[in-house]
Amino acid sequence: MALDKIGIAKRIAKELKDGYFVNLGIGIPTLVANYIPEGISVEFQSENGVLGMGPFPYEGEEDADLINAGKQTITTLKGASFFDSAMSFGMIRGKHVDLTILGAMEVAENGDIANWKIPGKMVKGMGGAMDLVASAENIIVAMMHVNKAGESKILKKCTLPLTGVKCVKKVVTELAVLEVTDKGFKLLERAPGVSVEDIIKATEADLIVEGEIPEMQID
Amino acid sequence: MINKKVNSVQQALEGIEDSMTIMLGGFGLCGIPENSIAELVRQNIKNLTCISNNAGVDDFGLGLLLHKKQIKKMISSYVGENAEFERQMLSGELEVELTPQGTLAEKCRAAQAGIPAFYTPAGYGTEVAEGKEVKIFDGKPHILEHAYEADFAIVKAWKGDEAGNLIFKGTARNFNPCMCGAAKITIAEVEELVPAGELDPNQIHIPGIFVQRIFQGEKYEKRIEQRTVRKRG
Repeated sequence: MALDKIGIAKRIAKELKDGYFVNLGIGIPTLVANYIPEGISVEFQSENGVLGMGPFPYEGEEDADLINAGKQTITTLKGASFFDSAMSFGMIRGKHVDLTILGAMEVAENGDIANWKIPGKMVKGMGGAMDLVASAENIIVAMMHVNKAGESKILKKCTLPLTGVKCVKKVVTELAVLEVTDKGFKLLERAPGVSVEDIIKATEADLIVEGEIPEMQID
Repeated sequence: MINKKVNSVQQALEGIEDSMTIMLGGFGLCGIPENSIAELVRQNIKNLTCISNNAGVDDFGLGLLLHKKQIKKMISSYVGENAEFERQMLSGELEVELTPQGTLAEKCRAAQAGIPAFYTPAGYGTEVAEGKEVKIFDGKPHILEHAYEADFAIVKAWKGDEAGNLIFKGTARNFNPCMCGAAKITIAEVEELVPAGELDPNQIHIPGIFVQRIFQGEKYEKRIEQRTVRKRG
């Protein structure tokens, strides 16, 4: 069975390590915050200027002066701090943020990512994505394996305008966990009940498959 | 103490004319100078180039200026939430320069701090880098970005004093501190303006030297763009 978005978020949550500062993109990445493994402490950074981001506020406690980068009302946790946008991206470019999790339209086997522009369609802008992917040491992409037209989003080469080059380290989809290596995508894990053949069929890029590929452990 | 206080938004915005370049603080609708935007709409100043992370929504923030076609060019990182913006952009009435968010912040801060240009890795290998100088540092390519040049910066703070010292609240801080002193004249509107001496100098986020005019906004709607809540219990 292919995973749903929550399954993808749960699998990515296993990549969190104690003491990590983490930036979560909009969409599936946001869900990761709900599945932090027990016994570890992580802090979420939102690039509009907050570290120590907490859950959504209770009804009636929304504060217009307290939002995340998706412009949603949020709360802060103990130890939180606020800062301006220049310092926020200083944290990001300065590699003080340990892990960036973001969505994508396409990822290529050399680690290139495209996630901000479809030519001919309304362009909304890159927001902070280009700064994040240009600097983060550890970038995990959370996305569906194929697009709405059924075409693979895991490619030999990106076809859409790039957000960043040679930067993605890992991709988690509803079908598989892939690592970006010097030689291309390496298949690390498959979703429960999904065969290696299913994954190869859904992937335009070549996959490196070595030995038995284990099933993802979710929950 | 050098007194920066002006008594009205009209006085604060004196000298802003058609075709000028203006920086405006805020992220989404959070921390935007709402009183100044309303006055720019009222004065119908046109052909503006606006440097602001976002472009408001249809009926609030910079969307109000767009609605009256007062903006010639927007320099932003993300402009998604505005149907009128989309219409003007697609029809070619509105020029749009999209800039990575961290680069936008740094171009403001560079202007504030007297740094004419800087190298950043953001955007290398993308269309943002087209035509820009590339330099390798520690084996990694970076692109040259220049500080902004603007006529006015309009920021919004939580509290300020007559000396122009500013304190921001929550994530309403965002681009506001980076824009202070980044233009020829900086105007700060605040929710609460107090006499000099009432704010603890230890708590000041932006020293008054970066601010030329300060006034207390008449009212703040502080609209929420995405109200997200959880249930109790």
